Amino acid sequence: MNFILKIWRQKDRNSKGKFEEYKAIDISPDMSFLEMLDAINRDLAKQDAEVIAFDHDCREGICGSCGLFINGRAHGPQHGVTTCELRMRHFKDGGTIVVEPWRAKAFPVIKDLVVDRRAFERIIQAGGYISVDTGAAPEASSIPISKANAEEAMDAAACIGCGACVAVCKNSSAMLFMSAKISQLALLPQGHPERKIRVHRMVEQMDKDGFGHCSNTYACEMDCPKKISVTHIARMNREFIRAKIF
Amino acid sequence: MVLNSKIPEGPIQQKWDNHRFNMKLVNAANKRKYTIIVVGTGLAGASAAASLAELGYNVISLCYHESPRRAHSIAAQGGINAPKNYKNDGDSIWRLFYDTVKGGDYRAREANVYRLAQVSGNIIDQCVAQGVPFGREYGGLLDNRSFGGAQVSRTFYARGQTGQQLLLGAYSALSRQINTGRVTFYGRREMLDLIVIDGQARGIIARNLETGTLEPYVADAVILATGGYGNVFYLATLAKYSNGTAIWKAHKKGAFFGNPCFTQIHPTCIPLSSDYQSKLTLMSESLRNDGRIWVPKKAGDKRNPKDIPENERDYYLERLYPSFGNLVPRDVASRRAKEMCDKGFGVGTTGLAVYLDFADTIKRNGKAWVEEKYGNLFDMYHEITDENAYETPMRIYPAVHYTMGGLWVDYNLMTTIPGLYVIGEANFSDHGANRLGASALMQGLADGYFIIPYTIGDYLASSKFPLIKTDNPAFIESEKNSQDTFKQLLAIKGKQTVDEIHKRLGKIMYDYCGMARNEAGLKKALQHIPQIREEFYKDVIVPGTADNFNPELEKAYRFVDYVEIAELMVTDALHREESCGGHLREEYQTEDGEAKRDDEKFSYAAAWEYKGNGQKWEMHKEQLTFEYVKPSTRSYK
Repeated sequence: MNFILKIWRQKDRNSKGKFEEYKAIDISPDMSFLEMLDAINRDLAKQDAEVIAFDHDCREGICGSCGLFINGRAHGPQHGVTTCELRMRHFKDGGTIVVEPWRAKAFPVIKDLVVDRRAFERIIQAGGYISVDTGAAPEASSIPISKANAEEAMDAAACIGCGACVAVCKNSSAMLFMSAKISQLALLPQGHPERKIRVHRMVEQMDKDGFGHCSNTYACEMDCPKKISVTHIARMNREFIRAKIF
Repeated sequence: MVLNSKIPEGPIQQKWDNHRFNMKLVNAANKRKYTIIVVGTGLAGASAAASLAELGYNVISLCYHESPRRAHSIAAQGGINAPKNYKNDGDSIWRLFYDTVKGGDYRAREANVYRLAQVSGNIIDQCVAQGVPFGREYGGLLDNRSFGGAQVSRTFYARGQTGQQLLLGAYSALSRQINTGRVTFYGRREMLDLIVIDGQARGIIARNLETGTLEPYVADAVILATGGYGNVFYLATLAKYSNGTAIWKAHKKGAFFGNPCFTQIHPTCIPLSSDYQSKLTLMSESLRNDGRIWVPKKAGDKRNPKDIPENERDYYLERLYPSFGNLVPRDVASRRAKEMCDKGFGVGTTGLAVYLDFADTIKRNGKAWVEEKYGNLFDMYHEITDENAYETPMRIYPAVHYTMGGLWVDYNLMTTIPGLYVIGEANFSDHGANRLGASALMQGLADGYFIIPYTIGDYLASSKFPLIKTDNPAFIESEKNSQDTFKQLLAIKGKQTVDEIHKRLGKIMYDYCGMARNEAGLKKALQHIPQIREEFYKDVIVPGTADNFNPELEKAYRFVDYVEIAELMVTDALHREESCGGHLREEYQTEDGEAKRDDEKFSYAAAWEYKGNGQKWEMHKEQLTFEYVKPSTRSYK
């Protein structure tokens, strides 16, 4: 397969970026999107040209490092996969593919397709945990949890923190990311002692970092590689109201 | 130098308790006066950094990702072992200890393994309290699954994402400590050198991967939790950036390297399809619980698997190992798969694959049951291969996955450099010559949560720390060395990319130092590796500069270390004239193809000392004694 790629190039945080055109020739349909970029980068390197920088690491859809905005979709056209899992067989032979970094005020571009997602760190640091010191835990089986709640908590906990939800949201909201953590901990009895202060602090931090709010377009769920449901946002809103009123 | 493993006195059940009592403590109010660097934020690094900060130490945590949560522990799928005996099937600390020593083919230190088994239950308690959503039964209690190398059900899991959930637990504890200010976290930093001053590990040099700046960090002790070096093989299940640079630089500063040739080749990976492939993808060993492994009885049988009738299939693991069946340990399952393919029974277009078939389980329990347990793995398989494993059997083949070898550490997890500790996969301890499934997560978290917080205190309380600043000549010189290396690499301007050369190194390692090894092959590898190194320094091309984000330069300086690690791995494999665990020397096997150990000659851990550029390594032996689990032929029949 052959493709024309329009890829965002930007030298560093302070430089202005622009799209550059590249040709991807002789691409196997079984190649992953990142392997296709590897092939372009190999040719660039051989010409002593700077390669296209993109974040990646595990290449099996779990570390959350990779994240490209491909033809207007976070992680490309397939539902429920990350960029590194996406295969070229899903693209039209001979077609043009536009590749951009995540674009959000809270995620400044570092270089080319690499963005700074540390705002997510600050949200978690504000309260995305249960305060239990090492050694202080009770025997594991002393806390029974219904299978249904454990499963739903796991659904939420599957978030990989890639930022696709922010990238695809017209408000650049971090609600899906944040609600996944809040929802996971609200569903488990261990999370209850801190549930009020947690939601309060995390929401405050999200506002501080310049993320927008949710206006229920559900685009985040559509492009979430882990299919995290917007019902977690609803649970987070309930947690927030509960923390404010009761 | 004589190796001192510092194993405490007393019966094995009491060693750790005695030791904890005998170790010196740092007064609570004094802990904040000590600074500890923790490199890496996987299970071991994140849990250590968080636990040390909780105790009151001043912690500096670094990793090459922007976020601690992206460490490759996140990719572990199957589970974590603990002998809680919730299944009432006869499990105990003793049994986990026994299984692990036996699984490691009697090449691990008994005292360490016993301690690991002892603290493993606490890990589950800690993780549950953090909100890790382990799989549960309908009654609300924790569920367990079986794993290779054990006949009891002791593996706790969170769907096929156990590593992710445990890491997010440790990450949340770490995030909490970053918020308190007791941990200072530096992301996108890669350790390039260890700083040793007056015989003590006193800091590191790290590169800021975004700006290219070299940064000095001073501390009273340094902990490396930087994972394994399996990417020497290029194609492995490791993350692309996982590398051996931190431990290798520490090795060159005086830390001995333990059992470098002990590599785990994992049996259930998605087979290689062509040479553009950038990595191999693992599928959890838990699949072997319910999937049956087979090849056609007729070599070269290219029929659709569905058209091959039952009596023309060879379920070779069930045939060869009736009592463990498909759940034999990883080394055995991998070696047998390779053997079947070498004999021409392999399936798929390349012939380098065997079937893992769920048809019987789907018939017995229904598709929904399989989907609930393994849905994410089936989805992943589908995306990569475009095949639906609910309808046609998966194809699997072994791939490099884990390195049991690593820096040599004593019982306190300290290396031969005072003040340098190594935890998790980066050290050599606990797994011997073969690691059992669901034991890596256990070891990483045991080291980080429950061992290093005690043992490091003993060192801090009993050592003196002269004031050191970053203008110390040791820092200046190290920075200059790194800059010189970058200059050299950027100036070569040859014709081949780092990846192209690395792939060739990987192929040599797979061919001669992989699942089966022999003297002639290893000697051949020892000729090829220096040639590849020479070629690299003559013909590599690294574009860009050293003063900004440059992924090609990162690859290049990591490769400089890989090629040296490769040489030591082969040297170690050549010297060990026996077969044990994942190290199968073809000259030393039984008639039916099982590994043949030589306990008389090789019941030791090999600890290699670096003697300088171009010099031969010197090997030191840590003799292993087995007082409690008497070495026997490992049988899973």
